[in-house]
Amino acid sequence: MLEIKNLHAKIDDKEILRGINLTVKPGEIHAIMGPNGSGKSTLSSVLAGSDVYEVSEGSVSFYGKDLLALPAEDRAREGLFYSFQYPVEIPGVSMVNFMRTALNEHRKYNNLKPYTAGEFLKLMREKKNLVEIDSNLTNRSVNEGFSGGEKKKNEIFQMAMLEPRVAILDETDSGLDIDALRIVANGVNKLKSKDNATIIITHYQRLLDYIIPDFVHVLHNGRIVKSAGKELAFELEEKGYDWIKKEFED
Amino acid sequence: MAQDKDQILEEVTANEYKYGFSTEIETDTIPKGLNEDVVRIISAKKNEPEWMLEYRLTAFAHWKTMKQPDWAKLNIAEIDFQDIIYYAAPKQRPKLDSMDDVDPELRATFEKLGISLNEQKVLAGVTGVAVDAVMDSISVSTTFKETLAEKGIIFCSFSEAVQEHPDLVKKYMGSVVPYTDNFFAALNNAVFSDGSFAYIPKGVRCPIELSTYFRINAMNTGQFERTLIVAEEDSYVSYLEGCTAPQRDENQLHAAIVEIVAMQRAEVKYSTVQNWYPGDKNGKGGIYNFVTKRALCKGDYSKVMWTQVETGSAITWKYPSCILMGDHSEGKFYSVAVTNNYQQADTGTKMIHIGKNTRSLIVSKGVSAGKSQNSYRGLVRINKRAENARNYSQCDSLLMGDQCGAHTFPYLEINNSTAVVEHEATTSKIGEDQIFYCNTRGLSTEQAVGLIVNGYVKEVINQLPMEFAVEAQKLLQISLEGSVG
Repeated sequence: MLEIKNLHAKIDDKEILRGINLTVKPGEIHAIMGPNGSGKSTLSSVLAGSDVYEVSEGSVSFYGKDLLALPAEDRAREGLFYSFQYPVEIPGVSMVNFMRTALNEHRKYNNLKPYTAGEFLKLMREKKNLVEIDSNLTNRSVNEGFSGGEKKKNEIFQMAMLEPRVAILDETDSGLDIDALRIVANGVNKLKSKDNATIIITHYQRLLDYIIPDFVHVLHNGRIVKSAGKELAFELEEKGYDWIKKEFED
Repeated sequence: MAQDKDQILEEVTANEYKYGFSTEIETDTIPKGLNEDVVRIISAKKNEPEWMLEYRLTAFAHWKTMKQPDWAKLNIAEIDFQDIIYYAAPKQRPKLDSMDDVDPELRATFEKLGISLNEQKVLAGVTGVAVDAVMDSISVSTTFKETLAEKGIIFCSFSEAVQEHPDLVKKYMGSVVPYTDNFFAALNNAVFSDGSFAYIPKGVRCPIELSTYFRINAMNTGQFERTLIVAEEDSYVSYLEGCTAPQRDENQLHAAIVEIVAMQRAEVKYSTVQNWYPGDKNGKGGIYNFVTKRALCKGDYSKVMWTQVETGSAITWKYPSCILMGDHSEGKFYSVAVTNNYQQADTGTKMIHIGKNTRSLIVSKGVSAGKSQNSYRGLVRINKRAENARNYSQCDSLLMGDQCGAHTFPYLEINNSTAVVEHEATTSKIGEDQIFYCNTRGLSTEQAVGLIVNGYVKEVINQLPMEFAVEAQKLLQISLEGSVG
């Protein structure tokens, strides 16, 4: 369970998150929507452990642990996954090597034996089929020369491999054509279980046609100003964000 | 978080140099200083023939007329050439009948460095590597000599070659790097102590990797070794060179020469993993590494490939080069130079195109961290008669942190209009975003840096023989872990 309480974060003395409260339980899908500049991406990178932002107040508990006290790599090993809006290229590092190193770090952290090459390759094949990723993507260097869609698919593939307890998908739908969007959404849906949770950060309602959220939250000026069921997403799509902005002008 | 990174940087750069131990062994040294008598003593110690002594004395006389070069982008503290010991040899029984006679202390030293002087042990493994182990001024042991002799391959210490194969030594020594070549080459010619000699006869493919392992042990000594490789027509050899030295507070001088001669259709691959002691994190101590390496592609269709991974030394001044004399001959240079803390490197290559249809390839990857300075310096010269010469150069620099420097000095001299010469250069900083991306997948910052750097240099590492490649990757990781601040 992820429990965010009164979270404040700033960059260069500019406060971006101004008291976020959110509880995410296993089995749930939450969508966080909001206009540009509302703090969506800040929230996700703060949770993932980016040191660009300074947390000035509040707490985040992740399955009983103080998430904010952990470095980014330990947050990942505890089962938090962060899918990047703009996945980063790492030339010369093969996906296979990258994933194997990552996965075995997770296992080491959890006192499990590292996977042998055979076990690892078998697992990789299974997950590739699950998320419908092309074989040749995993033979290439991490994200190098990938198209926008391929990068996003690759994020979902990594999520499948690492089997997180909570996954944060940051603007996963941006830059995707309709086919890629469907594949990515299918992947997320297949990975869903009663034991894991997903937080979808998105500007548009489009992705939510494919991944049905249990909760929709609207972020504005660094606070969650409205929370409701999936119908809220349709309302936002129809009316835009202006009425929210007006209602909560301060 | 930023603080954590600084801490990691602190911890890792404080890591002890793994090969910094020194061996307590009785050493036969001569007094400090350099003059004609010292040259004579060295020659006498090695029981050299008259012609060799003459050669040394001529080189010494020439050296005295020369000045230390200062064109490199290096900040070198003045070297007092009179404050160096020019000959040091581990004392051991005078004549070795078999490997078992090697002093146990010496054997243990090389075992500790991961070099086995025991043929049996190596034979049991999958691949064999014949090793010539050189400590300070002398070669202590050469393995697999008999196995190689069956194919007519000569692989022995340079001193032995002077005694046993004087004709070959006389014919080829100095034919690629004359003693007049440069200041440090002249010095080496005067006082060189030992090194390796390899001769591959016509039509023979050397079945195992040949390797020389250089170790500086004694204090205040300079190491001046030379290597000579001659590959006759249609032969092939792959040669490896490794180097380490103990951790000492004073700087030590290393000035070596490597000469390669490749005849028609011969192919020579020369790989180096240079890990001399780099000095401590404040820039104290470390090896001054001034090396002249050059290959002569003498025959048509001959090929020479240099691969170097340079992580050690306080100062590196080194330009493994190819003279492409034979028509259709080919030279390749793959380099990774890593500098951290206060290390300085000025390294690159020279490709001299003389023959027709000659080709050269240069791939240089510099990685600078800490307060280090890392320069690529390379010359591509296409001579007047070198019709249809072709060169491609790629020089990449990777910067870690904001206190280091990377520099590229390409020189192109093209005297034939049929030449096609391409040069590409990039400079990039290791990305915080790349590291963060790895972090979010569960990799620590050190692991991330290791992975990213290894990815960056992969093209070069791939050229190394398997065992060496693994070693080189580990070395890179050790040299750079956490050096992002």
